[in-house]
This record gives sequence, C-alpha cells and structure tokens, in this order.
Amino acid sequence: MTANPWVRPYVLTGGRTQTNHQLYVHTLVSAKHFDARAAAKLSPESRRLYDRVRLGPQSVAELSAHCGISLGVTRVLLEDLASTEHLQIAEGAYDSPFDHRLLKRVIDGLSELG
Amino acid sequence: MAFPSSADRPALTVTSAKIVIAGGFGVGKSTMVASVSEIPPVNTEAWMTQAGESVDPLSDSSAKTTTTVAMDFGRVTLAPDLLLYLFGTPGQPRFWPMWDDLCRGASGAVVLVDTRQLESSFPAVNYFENDSDVPFIVAVNLFDGKLTHSLEKVRDALCLDERTPLVTVDARDRRSTAKTLVTALSHTMKSTPTRA
Ligand SMILES: Nc1nc2c(ncn2[C@@H]2O[C@H](COP(=O)(O)OP(=O)(O)OP(=O)(O)O)[C@@H](O)[C@H]2O)c(=O)[nH]1
Ligand SMILES: [Mg+2]
Repeated sequence: MTANPWVRPYVLTGGRTQTNHQLYVHTLVSAKHFDARAAAKLSPESRRLYDRVRLGPQSVAELSAHCGISLGVTRVLLEDLASTEHLQIAEGAYDSPFDHRLLKRVIDGLSELG
Repeated sequence: MAFPSSADRPALTVTSAKIVIAGGFGVGKSTMVASVSEIPPVNTEAWMTQAGESVDPLSDSSAKTTTTVAMDFGRVTLAPDLLLYLFGTPGQPRFWPMWDDLCRGASGAVVLVDTRQLESSFPAVNYFENDSDVPFIVAVNLFDGKLTHSLEKVRDALCLDERTPLVTVDARDRRSTAKTLVTALSHTMKSTPTRA
C-alpha cells in the first residue's frame, strides 16, 4: 500500500477500512526521532499527528482527539506513517490484555494510587 | 518488571492497558474517569461527530444538540513504562456500534449503575454478558453517600450471575475508583486462565 502524502485522508481511506496492525484505541504510538524535512512533505493531517507524537508515546485515541481527526482516518494515517518509518506502533509487551503479569502490574499500580 | 531491550525498537518499551467504564446516561462514567485521570477528560465531540457518520449521519440537528461529550477517556501513568487508559462508553443508543471498538483489547470493564434509574444500565449489562469477551463487574454509584437499595435487590433486578462481582463506589473519589478498578482486574484474573 503506497502512501501518497498529497491525497486527502478521506480519499486515502476510501477503499481501506482494515489496518495491518492491531490498532486499538489505547495502542501507543511513538517516534524515534523527528525529521523536519520529512514532516514538511506530509499532508496537513499526517503532519499534525507526526508533530503531536513528538510529545511522547500516546494512544491512538489521544492523537485522534488532540488532532481533531476522526478515529478511522487517524488509524489509516498512523499506519502509513509507521510503514514509512516515521512512527512506531507499540506491539505491546504482552500478547493478551488478560496476561496475568500485566494484570498484576496494573493492580499493583492502582493500589498505590489510593 | 524489566523488559528485554530490543535493538530494533529502542524507543518503545512503554505498555498500555485499558479498562472500559460503561453504563447508562448520567450514571457517573465521566466523573469516575476524571477522578483518577491525570489528563483532563478529553472532549471528543469532533471525533465522535465524524466517527459516528457511517453509523448514523448527524444530519438530524435535534440529535446533535443532545450530543455534548459522547465519550471520554482518561490516562493514568502507573509506572514509567506502564500507562492505563480508561474509556467511558457512549450511553446513547446511536453510538452503541462503537462499543466493540472501544472494548476490543480491554483488560476489564466496570458497568456503573444508578439505583434511581437502574434500567438505563441494562443495555451495558446485556452487552458484556452476551456480546463481549471482556470480563466485567457492576458498581453502584453512591450518589448521596448511602445505598438506597440493598445490593441483593440490585443483583436480582439486574439478573446478575452470582459470579459477577457487585460493589459500591463513590465515582468522585479517586481512592474509591481505584479500588473498583482493582476489583475489576482481580475478577479478570479469576475468570481467565493464568496463561491467557
Ligand atoms: N452527588 C454526586 N453527584 C455525582 C456523582 N457522580 C456523578 N455525579 C454527578 O452526576 C452528573 C452525571 O455524571 P457524569 O459523570 O457526567 O455521568 P456520565 O455517565 O458520564 O453521563 P453521560 O456521559 O451523559 O451518559 C454530573 O452532574 C455529576 O457531577 C456522585 O457520586 N455523587
Ligand atoms: Mg459522560
């Protein structure tokens, strides 16, 4: 799938509803480094997402909300940015949301909040 | 817990988990999310307006005026490498198709109920009983600090399985919310195999 940076996202997503990664609303996205030259060539929407990721690892939902781009379009654009190595999509340290090691860590963290 | 560092993905060792807060209109979902979130509740109106288009075009202006914040989410940094996200599900029926998307990959769910309008949370209970693999608990939001109906009555009215935990919560209180989330995840642990 080629990502033409000049195509409007709504056109871009026309035939694409499926993404390759498991992009949950809480999947984290991050950037290794910021390439200003590459950023200048992106569509305005992709550029907003790319700029925002500089702040640190963020979820797909946060990126969508903060950049004012619908969730579906955000997913497709993030996939494209990941396939061109602009961004990394976290694979997650655990295979399942029910992995007991993950659950235990979250429970321990929440217990300390109280 | 230490994560093995990977040479080809050096920047990314942070993990995220998600808990869904469901329930009827005005039961306190946003309040509960806000009580523990470190970021202000995110106003997702623009996002929802677009996301909902394919489901139910918002050409109907009367529907639109009732949409304030259709859904919200919060974030809690539990450790430098561990983020917890809380997602409130939109209560309005026209946004129900979004529930699948929100619940996918969740570690647990809390169905919040208000005993003054129990029936508004029936769809959420139905959803988690029948249409989702995400283990859930039910929490009665104690709006005025005391329980107006016994938990047994609430359990009967909701036709809840004996194994589904039923607790009370003060959704405004960080501690109470955190405790409820712990109950939800402990329930997930009990309901899933060790090597899930
Ligand atoms: N006194 C009291 N008020 C509460 C409590 N929880 C929520 N409220 C109030 O009840 C109202 C509804 O709470 P929300 O958190 O907005 O409920 P919600 O489930 O997000 O509502 P919708 O998103 O509209 O479905 C708000 O005015 C809250 O301030 C509580 O524990 N005690
Ligand atoms: Mg709300």
